[in-house]
Amino acid sequence: MKNSLIFTVFAALLFLASCETYPYQQGKILYTNFCENCHMADGTGLVGVIPPLAGADFLTKNGEAVPCIIRNGIKGDLDVNGRIYSTEMAGIERLTEFEITNIINYIHTSWGNEIPIVEHLQVREWLKPCEKNTKPF
Amino acid sequence: MRYLFLFFASLTIIMGCQSSLSPDVLPMLGTPETGPNGDSIPHTIPDFSFIDQDSNVVNNETFAGKAYVADFFFIACPTICPKTSKQMLRIHDRFKEEPRLELLGHTLAPKYDSVAALNRYAHNLGVSSDKWHFVTGDQAAIYKMAPEYMNIALNDEDAPGGINHSGYLILVDKNRHIRSFCNGTDPDDVDRFMDDIQKLLNEK
Repeated sequence: MKNSLIFTVFAALLFLASCETYPYQQGKILYTNFCENCHMADGTGLVGVIPPLAGADFLTKNGEAVPCIIRNGIKGDLDVNGRIYSTEMAGIERLTEFEITNIINYIHTSWGNEIPIVEHLQVREWLKPCEKNTKPF
Repeated sequence: MRYLFLFFASLTIIMGCQSSLSPDVLPMLGTPETGPNGDSIPHTIPDFSFIDQDSNVVNNETFAGKAYVADFFFIACPTICPKTSKQMLRIHDRFKEEPRLELLGHTLAPKYDSVAALNRYAHNLGVSSDKWHFVTGDQAAIYKMAPEYMNIALNDEDAPGGINHSGYLILVDKNRHIRSFCNGTDPDDVDRFMDDIQKLLNEK
């Protein structure tokens, strides 16, 4: 009886701890693991070399291109906030469409970004036409 | 008993604060070398000669009478380099008007990071070669310099980008001795490092 009470308390605690109020916890973790080295923890990138994600007009103007860039990377010039970036980005092919969706939504809701979230079915559609190393926009 | 505890607690606190009590003179770091008369001399950066982003020769003479911060990176590095470059840029910006300090970035991938590529990289960062030299040259010669600056650099197929390396930023004084270092990916450590740079510049 006593054991089951302790178990219940711990289960409840665990449940509460896992119920972070922030909905894109997975996106945050994946961002830290796969994106942060270059785009930085605060989304500012590296001036002139790696484009920012915080306040980036690209995310609203070319949102449909983002899933393919995450999966396949990108080579060539990219216009972000009126500045051209040409550092090659490697793709992260192992990410599922759900994981890509969570990363995008983490980016869309972080560092002052207030971009509407995307549904994974939308991301699935956006991922369909992209082939490796093609410029998707 | 209680007083003993308090005593040890305060001792711990005082010991923990030692960095803020450290003297204004920075130590000489690295393994000391034996001089010609058997005397011990601090580790000294050996002669080197590389080419920077404007095709200038960069060697020990470039930094005559000056201190410099050295690091190792490569442009396509997918791991720590963007972070260390960002921190080098902070140091650059803080000491922009200080003629007695320059920066020296060695590429670990000279096969790809040509003078032209380094020139573009420096231009994108908005920095010039009279303050921040990005140097390329013979890969073996560059790799040999890494341990002189307390860094490691190894070709490693399993490492992301093919090169295993550390991201320490090293402060060298005008006499070629290492006086401070920091983890180039940790902004807090770089704050402390910049204070050390200022201490060095304040030395007579």
